[in-house]
Amino acid sequence: MVEELITSGRLTPEVDPILHIWGWEIPLYLFLGGFAAGILFFSALFTLQNKENRYPMAVKILPFAVPVLLAIGLGALFLDLSHKFYFWQLYTNIRWESPMSWGAWTLLLVTPLSIVWAASWLEEAFPKFDLRYNWLKEILSDLKPYRKHMAWALIILAVILGMYTGILLSAFNARPFWNSAIMGPLFLTSGLSTAAASVTLLTRNQEERSDFTKIDLLLIAIELFFIIHMFMGFLASTQVHVQAAELFLGGKFTVPFWVWVVGIGLTIPAILEILELRKHHVPIFVSAVLVIAGSVMLRFIVVEAGQASRWLY
Amino acid sequence: MSKPVSRRDFIRLAGLGAAGLTVASPFFDWKHGEILARDTMPGLYTKRTPTYCEVCFWMCAGWVHHNEDGEIWKITGNEDDPHCNGRFCPRGTGGVGMYYDEDRLKTPLIRTEERGKQVFREASWDEAYTYIAEKMNLIKEKWGPECMALFTHGSGGHYLGNLLRAFGSNNIAAPSYAQCRGPREVGFIGTFGEGIDSPERTDIRDTKCLVLIGSHIGENMHNGQVQEFSDAVDKGATIITVDPRFSIAAGKSKFWLPIKPATDMALLLAWIHVLIYDELYDQKYVEKYAYGFDELKAHVKTFTPEWAYGITTIHPHIIRETAREMANASPSVIVHPGRHVTWYGDDTQRERAIAILNALLGSWGRRGGFYNPAKPSVPTHPHPPYPKPKRDWRYAFPDKYKLAGLALASGLCDATVPGVSRDCNVRGWIVNGTNLIQTLPDQKNTLAAIQALELIVVIDTMPMEITGYADVILPECTYLERYDDLRISAHREGSIALRVPAAEKKYNTKSAWEMARELGMKLGLADYFPFKTQEAELDWQLKEMGLSLDEMRKIGVKKFPRPADDLYPLEGLPDYEFYTNTGKIELYATQFEAEGYPALPTYTAHEEPPYGFYRLIYGRAPMHTFSRTGNNPNLFDLMEENVVWVNPKVAKEWGLRNDQPVWLENQDGVISSSSIKVRVTERIRFDSVYMVHGFGHTNAKLSRAYGRGASDSELITRVHIDPEMGGTGMRGNFVTFRLEGAPEVQS
Amino acid sequence: MRYAMAIDTKRCVGCSDCVVACQTENKVPIGFCRDWIVETTTGTYPQLQMEIRSERCNHCTDAPCVRACPTKASHYGAGGIVTVDHEECIGCKACIASCPYDARYVHPEGYVDKCTFCIHRVEQGEHPACVAVCPTHAMTFGDMDDRMSDIFKLVSRRKWKTLIPEAGTRPNIYYLI
Repeated sequence: MVEELITSGRLTPEVDPILHIWGWEIPLYLFLGGFAAGILFFSALFTLQNKENRYPMAVKILPFAVPVLLAIGLGALFLDLSHKFYFWQLYTNIRWESPMSWGAWTLLLVTPLSIVWAASWLEEAFPKFDLRYNWLKEILSDLKPYRKHMAWALIILAVILGMYTGILLSAFNARPFWNSAIMGPLFLTSGLSTAAASVTLLTRNQEERSDFTKIDLLLIAIELFFIIHMFMGFLASTQVHVQAAELFLGGKFTVPFWVWVVGIGLTIPAILEILELRKHHVPIFVSAVLVIAGSVMLRFIVVEAGQASRWLY
Repeated sequence: MSKPVSRRDFIRLAGLGAAGLTVASPFFDWKHGEILARDTMPGLYTKRTPTYCEVCFWMCAGWVHHNEDGEIWKITGNEDDPHCNGRFCPRGTGGVGMYYDEDRLKTPLIRTEERGKQVFREASWDEAYTYIAEKMNLIKEKWGPECMALFTHGSGGHYLGNLLRAFGSNNIAAPSYAQCRGPREVGFIGTFGEGIDSPERTDIRDTKCLVLIGSHIGENMHNGQVQEFSDAVDKGATIITVDPRFSIAAGKSKFWLPIKPATDMALLLAWIHVLIYDELYDQKYVEKYAYGFDELKAHVKTFTPEWAYGITTIHPHIIRETAREMANASPSVIVHPGRHVTWYGDDTQRERAIAILNALLGSWGRRGGFYNPAKPSVPTHPHPPYPKPKRDWRYAFPDKYKLAGLALASGLCDATVPGVSRDCNVRGWIVNGTNLIQTLPDQKNTLAAIQALELIVVIDTMPMEITGYADVILPECTYLERYDDLRISAHREGSIALRVPAAEKKYNTKSAWEMARELGMKLGLADYFPFKTQEAELDWQLKEMGLSLDEMRKIGVKKFPRPADDLYPLEGLPDYEFYTNTGKIELYATQFEAEGYPALPTYTAHEEPPYGFYRLIYGRAPMHTFSRTGNNPNLFDLMEENVVWVNPKVAKEWGLRNDQPVWLENQDGVISSSSIKVRVTERIRFDSVYMVHGFGHTNAKLSRAYGRGASDSELITRVHIDPEMGGTGMRGNFVTFRLEGAPEVQS
Repeated sequence: MRYAMAIDTKRCVGCSDCVVACQTENKVPIGFCRDWIVETTTGTYPQLQMEIRSERCNHCTDAPCVRACPTKASHYGAGGIVTVDHEECIGCKACIASCPYDARYVHPEGYVDKCTFCIHRVEQGEHPACVAVCPTHAMTFGDMDDRMSDIFKLVSRRKWKTLIPEAGTRPNIYYLI
């Protein structure tokens, strides 16, 4: 028997007995960041492919949600800070090794760009909306020629942002469950999938819906592949990583993860989407809502489980 | 708390020593504003006052440091103090919490309802004194002044003792004798003519072999002794630990003997047998100094290691090997007498066996064994002679406990319970700094005694179980707010230490000196209290010694060089006379024989736990002193409650898990009033359970400690009284587990 | 210069004095601590071994907290110690997540706090509070780059280990075993 005890009464709030420094704010922030990245990615990608009219929801309309999503996400992040009124210190430093710093700077670039990007689509997205001020209209029409440039920048930034939401966690060596290089691609894929699902949910264009259902199906497949790969990686790694994986293979996260995320959040919507593509009659919104819910759950469970996994000595 | 030093303040300070700053500049990383990361700048503003610690009886001398607002900040050790060598223990360091504890007793209180109910009214000091004086005078008139008793623990005892003696009673007891180290003193006095005293005269610093019998060294945190223990471990001394529990000391031992509880005597006798019959003992030493060797040799003939194996479960070859280890280290070997040794009722005899072992190994008076402490002589103020009491506590126990050298706290308690055939019961108690409910075994007996009293006054800093039974509570200020008696210390070099107030009194409290004097005035005993202030008394005392209060304030501790080079008086085997009847080390104790007690120790089998029961072993934790520190915020932070240690085998049988709350029930059906969490650990034998003493407080006025953990004291109902000196053996209880609590029991 | 601490698990009796001395010295609020005691028992009764360690921030040479910090609040200071500048800390807690030793906590005032090796005392030529108070002299503090220092000699002479070396942090607390 090995008995290891802290005998000096340590019971530090948020650290003992299991780390729980991050509650709902960080997973929400990661979800919204990934979601926004997904929307921007598709919007920019299909702009470059000149498919803005084929995919009006994805390219023109959904980007308007991005500044709102980012604002809510940043709000959540701000709420999580325990020394709030020093938050500006984020922007007096550039720390290449710190994912948190990467995120702060990326968001500083993405947020205004996403506003400008959405604004550039205003006329086409909401033709009935009257801007009233001519000078504003002029500015907006002046933006249009730069769309391709902006799109290139946005594709790059969206990938960085989407990856960052995973890398923020995977950079923590101290928490074995987070410490997997798959985490970045997984969260990026999940963000893209969320965005694709929301397009299928909101669009009234049959072609757009069908194409994005296919895209989403592909993304779900990639996600499942990443998840399986992640666990293969853990199980083939050191003891602490094996123990981290065991939290999901018999441990306390087994049911929430496999049932809610993999089952209800990925597999079932994938089946529904296949049925839909085969012209079976299924309610359109169900698969999309499940994908989005599964994506939220993924962030919450990963953030929680990572804090529960640790090095033992 | 304290104000941080702002950047502007710092620059101003730095400006004063700009040159110094330039030299030291690698330390100051302005870019990162490291200076601002700090909120303390010690040395720049702190002042310090001398004190000695009152959190436990080791009484280390130290310094109280103040922050920039003049408030008490921290306490550190005094480098010159032999008790601590400049390093306080966790309790002493956390002593600040005693001062800041907001649950303290804040004003005098007088009971308004029956004893045991916590209903008091606030009173003025004069009112409280008048109440007490009237009752004391009543007791004096009706039954005689010797029917007042004082129970005391700590540095106020001297002053209150003066009051009681002046009043006409000698019934002054400290539970540290009959409930703790009494048998050890009696056993060693019976052998060497001298006791062990506190701090123990063990030369652990220089020992080559240290044998610990159930000692909690390390966990007891008796500061200087633990320091020397660690030194000995580091220097490669052989540590032999005898304990059913894998104690901290056992973890550092070359030999851990996981003995069956209550069988230590058999092991000791077997060791004596091996030393004698394998001729491993110090023959020259024994020949020169010892009396009764032949009787001893004949006595232990049959006590072979094989005999002991059946009793102790310790293998004969281990018994022989450890005996050889001791002999190899002789005379630098210590079979440690222990401190809390009131276990099974034959404790004086067990201590005798330990003393005999030390005598055979030639360690008494030799380097690495037992040194000869030096004690400075300090004058006490002159006063009229004390009236001679007609009786004292011994009167209640004719022909019993004849070797007791000090008054028995348990004896005084027994002498209070009515119905015993004697014509003087104790009628009044003053209880100072000792929580008798938790300290004395057999709580039912203690409560019966209390209910029979005419007067019970409790003097304490904190509400405790005992304060709930007081007629009058006199709130004492903490040691950080008062002057006190000089600490007079016997050690390798004698020393005195001074305590001065480090802060103004926080509440309407007084020191024992003030209370004794003011109560003395009320009782018309002014002549016994010649000094108007304590400062004047201390200054007078110190001036008699060629010192002064002002000088002592600066140094805190004054050491006195030994008058003679006799730290190890028996080194080189000079002629020497011991303070015994024969002038020799009495292997055969003539004093015991004369009083009708066995002159040589023998093994008696003690009761064993029935099926499903486990022997209740209790002990110490380094961060708490018995029950008195449970509510100290700093120490509570280190340890909130005790847990019951259960061997994994037993846990499996009972289906117990870590942290599961259980109630303990003893063989007399007494159930612990609060639950205690289980710790499943290999560190305890399968036939025993272990818990730290001092928890399970039932006084709800202790906002932190109340109801935390369980009290071992309330489960100790089978008390085995030591016939020689009246010590209360407290390891005779067995407990079983109850997975659900008893219906609400009012204690 | 590289400040380090050697902690002798043989001398330590696990009394927690280092914990309370740190709390009073550094005014660490009740309920929080910058150092703590771990007691490890292995084996089956009566074949048992025990190790007692006083643990704290390891002031890693490759500190993951410094890497994780987005603002340079966590940084290497004099002698390689890792400290937190309270006025640059935004309380994002990434450093807490990054520490395999769980040595950091959020101070009630919002910033992240931890062991500083009592640099304020060290600058004045004193030992850190835990080292200065330890009744068993179990701790030695000093400069590992100075070959004449006590700590260098001790670590050279004795068998030692660091905690979770496989985490790649290169700790500067040496446990003498």
